[in-house]
Amino acid sequence: MKILTEHIDVPNIDTIDVFMKHGGYSAVKKALKKMTPDEVTEEVKKSGLRGRGGAGFPVGMKWSFLAKPEGVPRYLVCNADESEPGTFKDHYLMWKSPHTLIEGMIVSSFALGANTSYIYVRGELMYVINILEKAIQEAYDKGLLGKNILGSGYDLDLFVQPGGGAYICGEETALLESLEGKRGNPRNKPPFPAVKGLWQCPTVVNNVESISATSWIVNNGGDAYAAIGVGRSTGTKLISASGHIKKPGVYEIPLGITVEDFIYSDEWCGGIRDGHKLKAVVAGGSSVPILPAELILTTAAGEKRLMTYESLSDGGFATGTMLGSGGFVVMDETACIVHNTLTFAKFYHHESCGQCSPCREGTGWMDKVLNRIEHGQGRKEDIDLLVDVAKKIEGNTICPLGDAASWPVAAAIRHFRDEFEWHIEHPELATKPGAVFMREGASWTK
Amino acid sequence: MKVTIDNITLEVEPGTTIMQAARMIGPEVAPPAMCYYEPLKGSGGKCRACLVKVTAGSEKDPRPMPKLVPACITAVQDGMIVENTVNEDVLETRKGIVEFLLLNHPLDCPVCDQAGECHLQDFSFEHGVSSTRTVEERNTFEPTDLGPNIQLNMNRCILCYRCVYTADQITDGRVHGVMHRGDHAEISTYIEKAIDNDFSGNVIDVCPVGALTDKTYRFKSRVWFSKPVDAHCECEKCSGKATIWYKGDEVIRVTGRKNMWGEVTDFICNGCRFDKKKTSDWVIEGPTNVSRHSVISANKYGANLIKPAFPVLQAARDYKQINDDRDRSFLGIQPALPKSKKK
Repeated sequence: MKILTEHIDVPNIDTIDVFMKHGGYSAVKKALKKMTPDEVTEEVKKSGLRGRGGAGFPVGMKWSFLAKPEGVPRYLVCNADESEPGTFKDHYLMWKSPHTLIEGMIVSSFALGANTSYIYVRGELMYVINILEKAIQEAYDKGLLGKNILGSGYDLDLFVQPGGGAYICGEETALLESLEGKRGNPRNKPPFPAVKGLWQCPTVVNNVESISATSWIVNNGGDAYAAIGVGRSTGTKLISASGHIKKPGVYEIPLGITVEDFIYSDEWCGGIRDGHKLKAVVAGGSSVPILPAELILTTAAGEKRLMTYESLSDGGFATGTMLGSGGFVVMDETACIVHNTLTFAKFYHHESCGQCSPCREGTGWMDKVLNRIEHGQGRKEDIDLLVDVAKKIEGNTICPLGDAASWPVAAAIRHFRDEFEWHIEHPELATKPGAVFMREGASWTK
Repeated sequence: MKVTIDNITLEVEPGTTIMQAARMIGPEVAPPAMCYYEPLKGSGGKCRACLVKVTAGSEKDPRPMPKLVPACITAVQDGMIVENTVNEDVLETRKGIVEFLLLNHPLDCPVCDQAGECHLQDFSFEHGVSSTRTVEERNTFEPTDLGPNIQLNMNRCILCYRCVYTADQITDGRVHGVMHRGDHAEISTYIEKAIDNDFSGNVIDVCPVGALTDKTYRFKSRVWFSKPVDAHCECEKCSGKATIWYKGDEVIRVTGRKNMWGEVTDFICNGCRFDKKKTSDWVIEGPTNVSRHSVISANKYGANLIKPAFPVLQAARDYKQINDDRDRSFLGIQPALPKSKKK
């Protein structure tokens, strides 16, 4: 079952003629001519579509929170600042099929009553920005954007804004600050963007994938979308699979397949590379807790883990993780968890905006301590220190970057403490190039 | 609106923040503030020193808030119950905040002009621990001059953004802001330009630490050897209300008048601050009211009456804890005191 990537391999799908030949922009016609904005919102609510940016908040509910005071403009902003290490799905979708996003933007803007909408794309993706600009121009030429779209009386202007290359600008309020031309510092909440967002006006910020899915929902109905998936995880999800697998890439999966299937089936990742065994998985982008092989395949209760929001977070952070943004990083037994954790910590240290003290100082501290451990200068007390620092950052910061920085460190120590201890106790072994700790009796140990 | 902070209930206007309500009660329950500065719009929410626990959101919705909230920017709701110094989580988190703020802060208090009136010193004295857990090297910067009278020592900066708001709100033209990100972020003017306007000196007063110092006062005296006096003068540019600091008969420094929370409400101009260093420039009103527990009061009013309020409260709490936990089973009676909250 494919929704977003159904026609993605059709040659020239990035041109509007080919896109329309394959049913493109039919949702715009249906929504603008036959439906009211409230009906569109209702369908999205019915679909159970959840935000694909990482938090998994229901899109329909987010839309219904939008304040609608008289005489104040409303905005829809598409968050295409995808910068999470391990996640590259939005990039792929916008690059291959830009009109999928633009169609979704028109439908969603119509539902929200926004007459100006923005796509905020990370600055590193300049060639994708050019593709989007070209696609938008094509849509203007066909009368799908601009004044009085398709004679419906609805006006929409769509702009692409390149970011300046900061991970923090993927946080919705930092994104809005950046869009306003200021330093990309997250705002204190409340007020939430739904009340005071861009230019202090009500704003909805949604991920590329969430917005792109709305056109299919309009075409086929919310119930049809909700029929895919398991429980409250409905529809399909783009997963960016990378690491030690045979077939890395972006896959659109119906939510609800088992993790085991996803890793080992030839339809998806195709299994671990030859001669190696699964050691650990980061299931949803660098910020979610890492899980060892036995916990990612089955939950602590012994059930098979599914690719759904609920199943992946089963067991809380003690034995579970999160679906996040779908950055599925697979590691085999040659991967050093300490090194991997250091890489993540370095990233968050580099990307912290420096506004609030726990994140500004704590991310740097964790980076420095992990750096010492990795290079054979760890002290016994460092492991507990890291756990405590992570605990003191988590939940005490302005935006979720603090949580995102502390979770991977805390989880790596929770599940691979022996590996950290080995690094500290045997620096002469651990600092040899390519040296990796082998846990006795573990499924990945040779 | 009714709000309860540390078991003390009071009536406040709608729109009051938890911080403002707590300050109405007094310094015993007021959370510490390193970045919040009431006269500056938009300040607060950054240092996280004032995080408090809300155990009941409001009368209508008495659920506790899931995370600790910053007192300085959270508005009270009717029937809200807030725990500050009585909550273990809050105190533990605050210890962490002190640790984070000191992580890259040089412990150069003995040569720092701010020592004695430094908010970070007070904060770490009241809420920090005496030992350090870090062995890492600190981030360092070279000191720079922001104009002829102000020196910036970025090593000491805790990035509270107060000076940025001051420069934005009380002076013309934006020349001063934060560059870079994370722990290498720094306060700077655009390509090291001077801050050149009549009210620039106020960034010195709002700085909670010794990052921005008055070059006309540098190394002249420790603050506790100087004596503050309230005075005013005729000034066309500002209110002329200031505090002048004497060492012997000499005026060594002029600052804005600070209230009990260390905040200046009447900002003064550079003319008053840097140039009027003679007693004849001023009309003396009388000695500045200095809090008895401040080191500034030491050596001036007879006996040294340092009376730190917080450690006394802490000691009382510790004693109560020990008392509560004491095994009374041998007496054959139930403990009389209710167990204090432990999480």
